[in-house]
Amino acid sequence: MNGLAGDLAAAFGPVAFVMFVVLNLGGILTWVERKQSAIMQDRIGANRASIFGIRMFGLLHPLADAIKMLTKEDFMPARADRLLFTLAPFVSVFFGLAAFASIPFGDTLRIAGREIELQAVTLNVGILYVLAMLSLGVFGLMMAGWASANNYALLGGQRAAALMISAEIAIGASIMGVVMVYGSLNMQEIARGQGQPLLPQIFGSWIPAWGLLTQPLAFFLFLTAGIATTKRVPFDMPEGESEIIGYFVEYSGMKFGMFAMADFLETVVVAGMTTALFLGGWQVPYLQAGGFVFPWGATVGLPHLAVVALQVGTFLFKVVVMLWILMLIRWTLPRFRYDQAMRLGWLGLFPLSILNIVVTGFILLVVSG
Amino acid sequence: MANRYAESNVPMDRRHPSRMTVRQRFYLVEVLAGLRLTGVRFFANMWRHTLHAVGIKAARGAVTIQYPEERRPYSPRLRSLHRLVRREDGSPRCVACMMCETVCPAHCIYIVATEHPNPDIEKVPARFDIDLGKCVFCGYCVEACPEDAIRMDTGILEFASYSRAGMIYTKEMLLALEPAQADGAPTSPVPIPADRKVGEPQPEARRADMGIPRAERGGEPQP
Repeated sequence: MNGLAGDLAAAFGPVAFVMFVVLNLGGILTWVERKQSAIMQDRIGANRASIFGIRMFGLLHPLADAIKMLTKEDFMPARADRLLFTLAPFVSVFFGLAAFASIPFGDTLRIAGREIELQAVTLNVGILYVLAMLSLGVFGLMMAGWASANNYALLGGQRAAALMISAEIAIGASIMGVVMVYGSLNMQEIARGQGQPLLPQIFGSWIPAWGLLTQPLAFFLFLTAGIATTKRVPFDMPEGESEIIGYFVEYSGMKFGMFAMADFLETVVVAGMTTALFLGGWQVPYLQAGGFVFPWGATVGLPHLAVVALQVGTFLFKVVVMLWILMLIRWTLPRFRYDQAMRLGWLGLFPLSILNIVVTGFILLVVSG
Repeated sequence: MANRYAESNVPMDRRHPSRMTVRQRFYLVEVLAGLRLTGVRFFANMWRHTLHAVGIKAARGAVTIQYPEERRPYSPRLRSLHRLVRREDGSPRCVACMMCETVCPAHCIYIVATEHPNPDIEKVPARFDIDLGKCVFCGYCVEACPEDAIRMDTGILEFASYSRAGMIYTKEMLLALEPAQADGAPTSPVPIPADRKVGEPQPEARRADMGIPRAERGGEPQP
């Protein structure tokens, strides 16, 4: 592993891993959505798709969906803007995929004399990058709403833009608290910071300083606004299945499927962001570079590769748990009305996140003396 | 099991936004309570599913009845596909009195009467067609019949068709049917009209009344 091949592997390995994980999670989420909602509601859920009688708990349904969508008519309204109409779903999916790039899924991997940061793109301003990508995703929706030449689609695109602005401000402001505590915009640095002990003069090294503990209010604000950016119930006014159908009302076939997929990808991104910022990222409690160091004095030495594998596995586990919680919220809460979501965003989340910044600054001032 | 679907514990007069308590207005607490409810239900059902999968068939995580393979027992009062009751010699018990055709609110029964070879029986239907595309399954025909010659107890519910003509059931098809079993499951196979076969060219929908005026089909109903 040296020379050009090694360079390429080091550069593209993390990217390929991120693409593989995110795309597969997005696909499996369609299955999770059906099955989890069914189990919560005393039902069985989709289980009929079968290949030669093998059903695999309905895991073949995403495959059947893909075949169905690829073989359906690709319809375009006569008065639609042909370029924008075609471009919109690709824009949506692209930004959903790109957003995950700067979320770290493991500590530095040292292999064959190289040091590989386990994130697709190492950015000093990683948080701002993810925020930018999530916000740019709304352009796809607005393009779809505008290009469809349909009033309901336009209404949906407009709602998407309004919702995105009110949610993005709350997301940005609530993240500021995390940035202040860990002193970096680099998500890898934030993840490392969450491995430090919380208030060592009081708790010793018992409690790791996860964002959930240092910024509990920001966690709830971020999660609420994050769910809003995924445009899923309870914040589904852009789609509004029960009223306006929304920005993708004129889409059919795989283009519609791409919009649905973009929603799932954004759900994965929000779960990844929450994990990286508030749930300790890839940190395993008491696991340090050389192995476990428990606060009661015991130590378990582990080789480097085992540590990294444990960290990556932990990150994925946390993301999956987070996705489960997001699904639970989606299938539990009734949807907000448009004005209710706006009021929540501008009069609830936004002032609270500003308050969070002020209080965080004050506490940091006190703690640092 | 009866308590699995507990009512909301929020009193009625606290449900309007203007009368909510501070805790309810804060919203987050109530959201978490809701998530607890659904989350607990999720894990309880997953536990039951797991028990079911390892062989304890009494544990069921879902109330689903997987329809084509599993059926719930039908009520004996269920009104399903009609059948014509046979005499001992196999001929219809029907005397073509036109009572059912008269009472039918959907006008879906069409009878052509003819003489019965037995002089003790006045008439017999030469044709007895029911257009199930029009039938509303009210059961008036069964109630109106003075001879108990038509019943709706076959338990057959699946007779969808690709054409209107395929919904018309003739006397021969209706005569061949048997009453349902005790649990309501059908005894007879679903009779498939010749023009209901899939994949063959469909004939034009024929009018079940054959265009023959009623007076020429057997006259007025007998008292």
